[in-house]
Amino acid sequence: MAILSCPLPRPATDRILLAHGGGGRLTNQLIESVFLSAFSNPALQSRHDGAVLPLNGGGLAMTTDTYVVQPLIFPGGTIGDLAVNGTVNDLAMCGAKPLALSAGFVLEEGLSMASLRTIVASMGAAARIADVPIVTGDTKVVDKGKGDGLFVNTAGIGVVIAPKPVSPESVRPGDAVLVSGDLGAHGIAILSVRGGLEFEGAVSSDTAPLWPAVEALFEAGIEVHCLRDLTRGGLSSALNEIAAVAQLRITVDEVLIPVSDIVRGACELLGLDPLYVANEGRFVAFVPESDASRALEILRSLDVSAGAVRAGTVYEDSCGIVTLRSRVGGNRVLDMLSGEQLPRIC
Amino acid sequence: MKFVDEYRDRSAVQQMAQAIRRTSTRPWTLMEVCGGQTYTIVKTGLQGLLPEGITLVHGPGCPVCVTPLEMIDRAVAIAQRPEVILCSFGDMLRVPGSTQSLFDAKSWGADVRIVYSPLDSLHLARSYPNREVVFFAVGFETTAPANAMAVWEAEREKIPNFSMLVSHVLVPPAMEAILSSPDCRVQAFLAAGHVCMVMGFEEYVPISQKYRVPIVVTGFEPLDLLEGVRLAVAQLESGRAEVENQYLRAVRRSGNRPAQERISEVFEVTPRAWRGIGEIPASGLRLRETYRQFDAESRFAVKIRHVEESKECIAGLVLQGQRKPFECTAFGIRCTPDTPLGAPMVSSEGACAAYFHFGRRNEDGNSIVSTATTGH
Repeated sequence: MAILSCPLPRPATDRILLAHGGGGRLTNQLIESVFLSAFSNPALQSRHDGAVLPLNGGGLAMTTDTYVVQPLIFPGGTIGDLAVNGTVNDLAMCGAKPLALSAGFVLEEGLSMASLRTIVASMGAAARIADVPIVTGDTKVVDKGKGDGLFVNTAGIGVVIAPKPVSPESVRPGDAVLVSGDLGAHGIAILSVRGGLEFEGAVSSDTAPLWPAVEALFEAGIEVHCLRDLTRGGLSSALNEIAAVAQLRITVDEVLIPVSDIVRGACELLGLDPLYVANEGRFVAFVPESDASRALEILRSLDVSAGAVRAGTVYEDSCGIVTLRSRVGGNRVLDMLSGEQLPRIC
Repeated sequence: MKFVDEYRDRSAVQQMAQAIRRTSTRPWTLMEVCGGQTYTIVKTGLQGLLPEGITLVHGPGCPVCVTPLEMIDRAVAIAQRPEVILCSFGDMLRVPGSTQSLFDAKSWGADVRIVYSPLDSLHLARSYPNREVVFFAVGFETTAPANAMAVWEAEREKIPNFSMLVSHVLVPPAMEAILSSPDCRVQAFLAAGHVCMVMGFEEYVPISQKYRVPIVVTGFEPLDLLEGVRLAVAQLESGRAEVENQYLRAVRRSGNRPAQERISEVFEVTPRAWRGIGEIPASGLRLRETYRQFDAESRFAVKIRHVEESKECIAGLVLQGQRKPFECTAFGIRCTPDTPLGAPMVSSEGACAAYFHFGRRNEDGNSIVSTATTGH
């Protein structure tokens, strides 16, 4: 094939862009081109929310996550809640019961002690609700201007209680796609305070520990094939990552995917798609058709997943794509987010 | 959601699609002018609901797509000055200039900010009196009133550190340019509802008569678009060429007079280059003499090299409805939203990006390109 010379423009890969942290295509490229090649090992290669390490015949799950959200305190939570719930949820998505967390803080000179206390207290409360102790930690302080008030890193370990591997490779044609509740609340709550935007009625972050919902599925003997929390990049990115690894087609129906009126209205106004907006207390579960209605019943009986629905089905298709039946009945590809979701012009 | 859900109702949409099937006996090619309409069509899979002979081609109504390369380079050069805070709408920041986008400039230290309204940038200018706040004003008649308002306010309040880099364009001259091209395939237009909400639709009557082409002022929801198609097809089938208004709930014949007055007080008509198409006479807006002190182009005398567009990119033909995005050899391979060769691959309203995100299939439903195998 002839090599075509296209000097304009250069791909923007010689510097880190904000979009590299957006959870979409650029984030994936960054992971593949920089981190995977440098750290290459089998546990990392599975590209899950956490690593599962074999231990005495069982499995130990380990994960870490860093939180840089602004503002530090927002409707429905704080950076501290997020840091606890996010790591608990990453473990849960590996089918693991959280055992213990660590917390590392980077504090900026000048941060008010009252803010720090509020955030740390909310972390303590979130850890008690999730029933997981924070057992070790670290604190560093950086010069004013070198940090955005406060960054938190949490790491967690958990013991795998899933009887079979919970991963995209376990997804099978015919599996039902369950979404645990309405989408987009966290992203819109953050945007509403960050952009100084006000919507009719308040939008609160959905931040919550998901382990109780996951545990209930395992306790009931549901054959859970794959779990993924719908954080950065939202439902679309999660489904695309799973479809790509599983080499299957995931089809969802827009009408079945729950989005609250306030979030829909805000997305409509800002030109965002709720399927790409971040959540902090929602997940998608893949279960066999035969377990689907029982799994839904279990999820709906718990507060954190009371709004659970079946949104779609998995089909044979080596392309590894996600398709969406639109609200009006047309079909299209549901793509992974490219760059950051940007408000449109008119 | 009221005023939205009723226009996305599955059964109402299916009924309208049937009505189009009953109306059409021959193949017709229609152009939706606005990128917002393209976005809805591709996002909701509307083309698949139309009879086979009805082809929708996508028009030039994507503000990000038609802003000339030189203008983006100028914005980048202005943003690189240490005293400047450059503001624009989100999409604009990602469009590639000849060497950098505004996002690239930001990663190299330029102070580039996303705003939701030009009045937000005026607010920034008040908050940072020691900085120069520049608003990069792009768009059609739809965004012109708010941009005019910002300049008018700046003049009224005598805000010295605010200026505007103006790259405004007008829809009717672009429609004429498309119709007068010898390769024109367009037999009817779905005119951009929001543009008409501001400007009304009187100015389309002479175009419709001169070129014998039906023009239907159309909204942005799926049901709006299908109704627009139905009205246009009915005209074509019966040999009529008139201006009709589908978007009755938003558009009046004379438009929004106060908005028009504010535009013409602040701006005047000027020739304007369109990216991928070239210069079109009387197709743009610039600041009038009395407001010229707010013109960023003269305030910051930055030098811009003349640059050539990517030879492979067929954005100009896509914007004129002469090619579909997937007819480009770079589509989805060398040109993706992360590595765009042309602007229509950037904005959500750009036809190429819309096809990339929601389709990557040709109209027979066959995959054009599999991202799993191409990589980039």
